[in-house]
Amino acid sequence: MFIRFLYELRARQVPVGVQEAVSLAAALARGLHESSLDGFYFTARALLVHSERHLDDFDLVFAEHFRGVPGAAAKLLDELLEWLEDPATRPELDAAERASIEALDLAELRRRFEQRLREQRERHDGGSHWIGTGGTSPFGRGGAHPSGLAVGAAGSGQRSGLASAGARLYRPYRSDVVLDVRQIEVALRKLRAFAREGAEPELDVDATIDRTARNAGELEIVTRPPRRANTRVILMMDVGGSMDPHALLVSQLFSAARRATHFRELRAYTFHNCVYGEVYETDAHQRAVSVATLLGECGKHYKLVLVGDASMASYELFGASYGSRAEERISGIAWLGALRQHFERSVWLNPDPPSAWSHYTVSAVREVFPMFPLTLDGVGDAVLELTRGRSR
Amino acid sequence: MLRCRLPMTEFRRFRGTSRYLTNDSLEAAVNCALALERPLLVKGEPGTGKTLLAEAIAEALACPLITWHVKSTTRAADGLYVYDTVQRLYDSRFEDGDVRDIRRYIKLGPLGEALRAEARSVLLIDEVDKADLEFPNDLLHELDRMRFRIQETGEEVVARHRPVVMITSNNEKELPDAFLRRCVFHFIDFPDEAFMRRIVDVHHPGLDERLIAQTLAAFFEIRKMTRVRKRPSTSELIDWIAVLRKAGIAEVRLDRSLPFLGALLKKEQDLVAFADQLAGGARHRS
Repeated sequence: MFIRFLYELRARQVPVGVQEAVSLAAALARGLHESSLDGFYFTARALLVHSERHLDDFDLVFAEHFRGVPGAAAKLLDELLEWLEDPATRPELDAAERASIEALDLAELRRRFEQRLREQRERHDGGSHWIGTGGTSPFGRGGAHPSGLAVGAAGSGQRSGLASAGARLYRPYRSDVVLDVRQIEVALRKLRAFAREGAEPELDVDATIDRTARNAGELEIVTRPPRRANTRVILMMDVGGSMDPHALLVSQLFSAARRATHFRELRAYTFHNCVYGEVYETDAHQRAVSVATLLGECGKHYKLVLVGDASMASYELFGASYGSRAEERISGIAWLGALRQHFERSVWLNPDPPSAWSHYTVSAVREVFPMFPLTLDGVGDAVLELTRGRSR
Repeated sequence: MLRCRLPMTEFRRFRGTSRYLTNDSLEAAVNCALALERPLLVKGEPGTGKTLLAEAIAEALACPLITWHVKSTTRAADGLYVYDTVQRLYDSRFEDGDVRDIRRYIKLGPLGEALRAEARSVLLIDEVDKADLEFPNDLLHELDRMRFRIQETGEEVVARHRPVVMITSNNEKELPDAFLRRCVFHFIDFPDEAFMRRIVDVHHPGLDERLIAQTLAAFFEIRKMTRVRKRPSTSELIDWIAVLRKAGIAEVRLDRSLPFLGALLKKEQDLVAFADQLAGGARHRS
């Protein structure tokens, strides 16, 4: 049953449920797959996958199933072959074609199809053996074998289902790989929040008319505060030595944040290894801003995002810093604690994968800030953490 | 259960048009949406022809196309109808027309028009992700049932012909799960070189073979440059070739003097990155 296929998708975090199963069944009942493996692949993909993030997982599961890696997949294959040999649902099959398929030893054809499906590892066009497009193999599409089994509609130059499943074209869209600018932008956009407050009031036309009507035609103006983006974000990025490998990623995050127009305010600062008494502005002047001033200027409703690998020498985190004044001789971890205390919502994004978070300064920082990897999933979770609820 | 085999002639299959090339996966998605009467959600890089697809579907089905451009301020209710209260207020003050007839001030939105249309239509909800997060959820009921009630008049609008609904998203926002579950999803891949060649051929038939090869090579090389932030897309390539043809340029080479580079790269920082990467040679390229 293809139900097993659905469960395998679920196991890979592709959210498919009853609704998807029923619509796929309905599509198959209508012959939308055109009784072909390619058709089945494309139809199933259109109905079972709802986001490009899951396309890669879908391809993986599909390829696994149809190459017969786990034995359990044989059943699904049987079902598929059943569809393949059912000519009733194939509209473009003319009488001659049908006769030729029936003339061939079906069991033999099926055995060879199955075998080649297992062997086949990549796209194949032309030639006389593999299942693919063009060529004279008995299996495939747009081919010249007189009694072959056509896979999919007549077409040219496109990847067959299995081939494209095997090629894993959608790997870049996985949500657990590291981000590019646009994806970061999308993730940050989730931080958008609207509120009606502050600023010049605007005319509430509906309410004005309602009141005027109730007032027997005497005009009564009703105003309300305009709806506007209400998220203020402070971004602090580590530019210390150990961050060098992540320089491109961090600059992408920064440009995405800068481009985001849906924040009411975005302040971006850099620091080295750990936040001490001062952080630095990101423009050309690199002017130092004392953290105390920053905390004074920014209320607790700002959302704080720290980006760094949190890996440093222990004295850098726990030792006193080298500020000139007494109150600045506070350890890095204490400064981090102060930031965490001040802001209602804050997160730490780590460009290293979670598997590399074994350094003990990382654990120390994780005790202060909720830490997320700098991947699409991670940024998504971080944004959730930043927007969830109003207080800690 | 759904074991019955329905006749295939029940709906017209979509196979692309002479101006719009498709592939199997896109056709499968469109045909699923047509057969199951579900909205078709199309995503993909900007400039891969998401909006053009709606025009192609409308052309193939010979249906009128109704477009709803979604903006950040668009509310779901706007798509159904707008009650023009301001006009009514004006009319009441200057005693123009019959103010008591509220129907005169109900203006149907794109979705409302698609539902009320005499014949089947194709409704394109363009860039659904631009609107507020709740926007798609607010549309669920209307898209499912294809009916809505005009509160002010109590009139019920029921679709006589279920419109074909196509929705595009540029992925600026996650769409709600409940909404996604109701849609047939398709992600438009960026065309590979062979497919791009066919696309160019559709838009610029009879172009010199050598120029095609050179422009495509330059185009894909620029797309490979890691530091270019806004990578050029299909529409930009088509425009670029159009400019080259107009200017009568018969040969392009990927170097600093690439003609009309501005048609491909639209951001100043990308132009700088382009020059940098050419100067840096293969070292910086991925």
